[in-house]
Amino acid sequence: MDPLHQFQIHSLFQIVLGGYDVSFTNSAFYMVVAVAAIYALLVMGMANKSMVPGRLQSLAEMSYEFVANLVRDNAGHDARPYFPFVFAIFMFVLIGNMIGMIPYTFTFTSHIIVTFALAATVFVFVTILALLKHGLHFFTFFMPHGAPVALAPILIPIEVISYVMRPVSLSIRLFANMMAGHTMLKVFAGFTVMMISGLGALGFVTGLVPLAINVALTGFEFLVAFLQAYVFSILTCLYIRDALELH
Amino acid sequence: MPNLLAKGRLARWSGVAGASLVTLTTMAGTVLAAAAEHAPDAAHGGEHASGGLPQLNPANFPTQIFWLALTFGVLYYLMSKKALPRVAEVLEARQERISRDLAKAAQLKEQAEAVLAQVEAALAGARSEAQALIGKASADIEANNQARQAALNADIAERLRTAEASIAAAKEQALTNIRTASTDIVRDITGRLAGVEVDQAQADAAVAAVLEERRG
Repeated sequence: MDPLHQFQIHSLFQIVLGGYDVSFTNSAFYMVVAVAAIYALLVMGMANKSMVPGRLQSLAEMSYEFVANLVRDNAGHDARPYFPFVFAIFMFVLIGNMIGMIPYTFTFTSHIIVTFALAATVFVFVTILALLKHGLHFFTFFMPHGAPVALAPILIPIEVISYVMRPVSLSIRLFANMMAGHTMLKVFAGFTVMMISGLGALGFVTGLVPLAINVALTGFEFLVAFLQAYVFSILTCLYIRDALELH
Repeated sequence: MPNLLAKGRLARWSGVAGASLVTLTTMAGTVLAAAAEHAPDAAHGGEHASGGLPQLNPANFPTQIFWLALTFGVLYYLMSKKALPRVAEVLEARQERISRDLAKAAQLKEQAEAVLAQVEAALAGARSEAQALIGKASADIEANNQARQAALNADIAERLRTAEASIAAAKEQALTNIRTASTDIVRDITGRLAGVEVDQAQADAAVAAVLEERRG
């Protein structure tokens, strides 16, 4: 009945590496499943390489073109080399979220450490990209163009903080949405179970109300699962654009 | 860029919504968990009596980070080196095929248009030729008509002239006859009434004078 039980991590396979416990867990299992599913979609989908695509090939091509358009529209043409990175991010988050919608599975994107590590990867990647591209000129990013120099003592700390907070907001947005949605589904499901066990026959009738809400929430969660993957990759694209253009 | 702004707003709002949702549901979850723990038939209430979010348990962090790095690294490698180039290849081949077909279609269209222009030119030539023939025929007819009209007019004029000449001759003849007759009558009358023998010339002159007077 504990709605947080679904977020428990338990080890399937004990591994200790350099003093750290890096056991193969249920979370790791679904990460592997997600990677396998993405790879299978693209490899099996494109196996025929047909001129007129079938269903699976259409899906693979659609995901490719969707992310390609995303990168082109939000990060610009120069961001073309980073398309595989954004694609991997988008598919990993999307499939992770979608796998979570299957009952009894584990949603690894509902773990702050996972989303934070992903967001930190984006952050580090984007910062290195900007440093490589612009060198020390990168630090002018923190002083907006045309702002009076007198405001620099205020503006620069604000800009630095907002830049450093990027991975935090990026990771918390995804984690919070996924965790909230899954907890809510469990809470409403719990209401139905409690009504049945507490009210008996009447519980079967009143229990329909949270059940109906749960049905609506499930649909909503699918939207959120897609939307959060989309938002995560769009922000990644915008950060890449910032790194390439420095405003 | 309103589109970008809208996306930024979307991201911010979904973040706010998510944060508020997580607060609400965590509160609800804690209440439920507490209720479950206090329930007499709580099956696994004691299992995580330590409470708190499993997400915030640092003991899990190394394995999560390790497996994320491993799986995401593998995914990035597979995508960038194997899967995506294959998709790009197919898409490019299709694009190439489409543009080739389009170019061919454009070429065929050009040819068809050339043929059409040729046909139209031939048609226009034939039409102008026909127009010329019609013009020539009507000019011929017109000229013919005019010639015949002229001939007819000339003929009529000629006949009029002959007729007028014969009328004038007849009139002259008649006048001469009248004069002769008048002269004879004058000589006869003067001879019978006055017994004067008027000679031919005198009578002629008198008659001519009278006739002249009358005519004037």
